[in-house]
Amino acid sequence: MARISFQQELEKLQKEVLHMGEAVDRAIATAMESLAQRDLQLAETVIQGDQVIDDLELAIEQECLKLLALQQPMAVDLRTIGTMLKIVTDLERMGDHATDIARAVRRMGQTPPIKPLVDIPRMAEMGRHMLQQGLQAFMERDIQRAMAMAREDDQLDHLFKQVFRELLLLMIANPAVIEEATQLILVAASLERVGDHATNLAEWTIYMVTGERRDLNL
Amino acid sequence: MKEGVPVTFRTEVPARESSSPREERIRVEVKGLQAWYGSSRALHGIDLAIPDQAITAIIGPSGCGKSTFIRCLNRMHEEIPAARVEGHVLLDGVDIYQPGVDPVAVRRTVGMVFQRPTPFPTMSIFDNVAAGLRLAGIRSRRTLEEKVERSLQQSALWDEVKDRLRSPATALSGGQQQRLVIARALAVDPEVLLLDEPTSALDPAASSRIEDLLVQLKEKYTIVIVTHNMQQAARIADRTAFFLNGELIEYDLSARLFTQPSDPRTEAYITGRFG
Repeated sequence: MARISFQQELEKLQKEVLHMGEAVDRAIATAMESLAQRDLQLAETVIQGDQVIDDLELAIEQECLKLLALQQPMAVDLRTIGTMLKIVTDLERMGDHATDIARAVRRMGQTPPIKPLVDIPRMAEMGRHMLQQGLQAFMERDIQRAMAMAREDDQLDHLFKQVFRELLLLMIANPAVIEEATQLILVAASLERVGDHATNLAEWTIYMVTGERRDLNL
Repeated sequence: MKEGVPVTFRTEVPARESSSPREERIRVEVKGLQAWYGSSRALHGIDLAIPDQAITAIIGPSGCGKSTFIRCLNRMHEEIPAARVEGHVLLDGVDIYQPGVDPVAVRRTVGMVFQRPTPFPTMSIFDNVAAGLRLAGIRSRRTLEEKVERSLQQSALWDEVKDRLRSPATALSGGQQQRLVIARALAVDPEVLLLDEPTSALDPAASSRIEDLLVQLKEKYTIVIVTHNMQQAARIADRTAFFLNGELIEYDLSARLFTQPSDPRTEAYITGRFG
């Protein structure tokens, strides 16, 4: 029988989640671009654009609750909606981290950089890659991809520790850079958190497919 | 599920929702149950262990054998001409199908409530509840009054009818009539209560009163309910069994069966992809 319209609504909603995830990915990329170029205007667009992501989260949440109330889904359908309700929160937080990066750029202003940025952009690439893989795993219900993605988080954590140590040494050597180095630590910490939220995406995708909750953030 | 393979509870189930972690006792054990209508087999060897002080729901599409199944639990199936039963139904370890067991005594111990409320139309509210007691030979006015009141209290109907016990039962609303029928079943002190779609003829408010009532009653009784309403099974049943084409496909804690069914046929049914 039927429930065709329900399945269609569910698919539409999954695409909305993808759409939101892509907006978050763009926000992180733009924030990093504003950091690289010290482009305050670009940073502002990230901060302003966060509202769009927040609105998407609310809209998806509302739609999920509506489907729960009206369709009383069971089994995989129930798990899919539960997963969407959880991961939109992670996506929204990732969006906030993009904003945090943009705010750090704003605070640093247009002072010349204390060092060429190498590892922080690498962290951003890794975080974005995890997010993209997470979204793809969610859309394709691909638990192998989800698990492979979650394993990347170790490298991201490792890189964060390295960046942190490096900036700490710079501050010890030259207290004049403390202010900017602190901002860069905040940026790196935000990117490290992006990886953690992406790992949650993987965990929820595995739950959606198998019904088992697994902690991948070890 | 293959014939002859006993259904065992999984051990890795989530924590019970019930607050009292009591030892689970199996009240009714069904082994290799087959039911026939003439030459047509409606049940293909069911193995199922039904726990005491719990609600067990039977779900499945029309014609899957779920009503036939519960009618075998109190020997009502064999009342139908040319119908017969093979296999065993153990109530507290005693096979209700062994020779010498009186089907009427079985039906007193294992009460049944049907889809449509079935009050005796010419009788008062009081007499409806007292009917089974009188049939059992109880004559004492006082005993009858006590038992009728207790049963009506248990079925959450007492407050609504205590001032009109002599009124005809047919004057009650559908939901009240169904609670009256439950009171009638409870009056003879059954141990197991079978309900065959007891709320399908009731409005949501009346259904929800019956559901609340069943949840209260499970503290004292073993309850088995056949329902077409999966949400109802999910709401009130501790365990749910999914039947399809006369076979038991899956039997598990409701919390698990409705979120993570292990058989793709269960999954397809409860997500509305067939049935």
